[in-house]
Amino acid sequence: MSASSCSLCAFVKSSIGRKIIVALTGLALVLFLAGHLTGNLLIYAGPDAFNEYAHFLHTFLHGMGVWIARIGLLVCLILHVWFTILLTKENKAARPKYAHDATVQAPKSSRMMIWSGLTILAFIVYHLLHFTIRIDSNLAKMGETSPWHMVIEGFQNPLVVIFYVIAMTLLCSHLSHGVASIFQTLGLRSKKTAGPIKFISKAYAGIVYLGFISIPLAVLLFGFGCEACK
Amino acid sequence: MPLLNLTLKVWRQENANSEGRIETYEAKEIPTSASFLEMIDIVNERLIKDGQEPIHFDHDCREGICGMCSMTINGIPHSKERGITTCQLHMRKFSDGETIWIEPFRANAFPVVKDLVIDRSAFDRVIGAGGYISVRTGSAPDAHAIPIPKKDADAAFDAAACIGCGACVAACKNASAMLFVSAKASHLNHLPQGQVEKDQRVLGMVRQMDEEGFGNCTNQFECEAVCPKEISADHIAKLNRDYLVASARDATS
Repeated sequence: MSASSCSLCAFVKSSIGRKIIVALTGLALVLFLAGHLTGNLLIYAGPDAFNEYAHFLHTFLHGMGVWIARIGLLVCLILHVWFTILLTKENKAARPKYAHDATVQAPKSSRMMIWSGLTILAFIVYHLLHFTIRIDSNLAKMGETSPWHMVIEGFQNPLVVIFYVIAMTLLCSHLSHGVASIFQTLGLRSKKTAGPIKFISKAYAGIVYLGFISIPLAVLLFGFGCEACK
Repeated sequence: MPLLNLTLKVWRQENANSEGRIETYEAKEIPTSASFLEMIDIVNERLIKDGQEPIHFDHDCREGICGMCSMTINGIPHSKERGITTCQLHMRKFSDGETIWIEPFRANAFPVVKDLVIDRSAFDRVIGAGGYISVRTGSAPDAHAIPIPKKDADAAFDAAACIGCGACVAACKNASAMLFVSAKASHLNHLPQGQVEKDQRVLGMVRQMDEEGFGNCTNQFECEAVCPKEISADHIAKLNRDYLVASARDATS
């Protein structure tokens, strides 16, 4: 084994190395969310704009673009989940319990990262079955002709909307700690940057939250696009 | 002088292999001017007088510089007061009738020796793995022999204030030693004398830290909140950065 591959082994086995992998894959997923949200908000621009965008995604690079993105994101997601589960198990093993436990300043969001993360993972599976693989034949038919109408139809069920809102609430919590953690783990936090990093993290989580929940809520509560779907 | 009547819930453990338990003691008529350790001294004198085993705890300088007095008070290492060690805590911070929980610093890397006494030699092994500079020993060099920018000298000094008490590990939800290791590495990495062995130091200390069974940092900064020397978690960011650079250089050289 060459020296460089050994160094890589040591890096992947080390606590900091693993955390850096979690931070970098997290960064890729965080940036994906920005793109995904921007695309989703086109729903408000009407069926033509949204469907054209969907068509563009599926035909970009002769249809290869969407698969490159999917495979890249899947790899990031698997690494992110795998290493966080590994780290969390080590963390639990390292610390015996206090009879009288207390917390000084760690926010709730930071203490439930594994649970918010696993809920988001479950949501991703559901979300892909719902709108990408389309296990509902009715939605699948609509998806072929007009993704815009498929989304409006997909959010007519209150239970679906409730699950989306719960998952996005946990995503917001996950991001509020996660985004700031990316900077800290990559060594970019200092006395000067600590304040702005905290702000960016909270603001990003808030924007992603409001942006994503606005769509199912607009459809279900305010009847957005409903005359068109009937 | 006002006197306090307190209830103590104290962790008692015979030795490293035995199971520990919480025992309840009444601490009557404790003067508010006593320090926390003096309060335990008073309780212990009464226990000894009654023919019972006193509560074992670590202490040495009793002025906040040795870092021996390792105990968790109501779930927080060195108590909820900021920037002090247990020996600097005064009983006037408590009120009459209060119940106080006293436990050892809890981390698998810090096994309990007896009652509140823990074994922190894991820290010594981390220092042995790189927390030093290899130089000719002898008399101290002249202070102006090596020019060091004020900013770097200050940053190194802030990190060097670490007394190695282990409160950071005890407060961390994951029993991570990152604040200690980062402070010790940052101290030397900020100075010109520390540059020669910088990569070796960072890689060695982190490897030893992982081997000792400390957990992984999850950026919650409980450590900096309880640190008696108020060392900033910014040093952890620097260690992460230095580790990334050291690993990259190690892989390519």
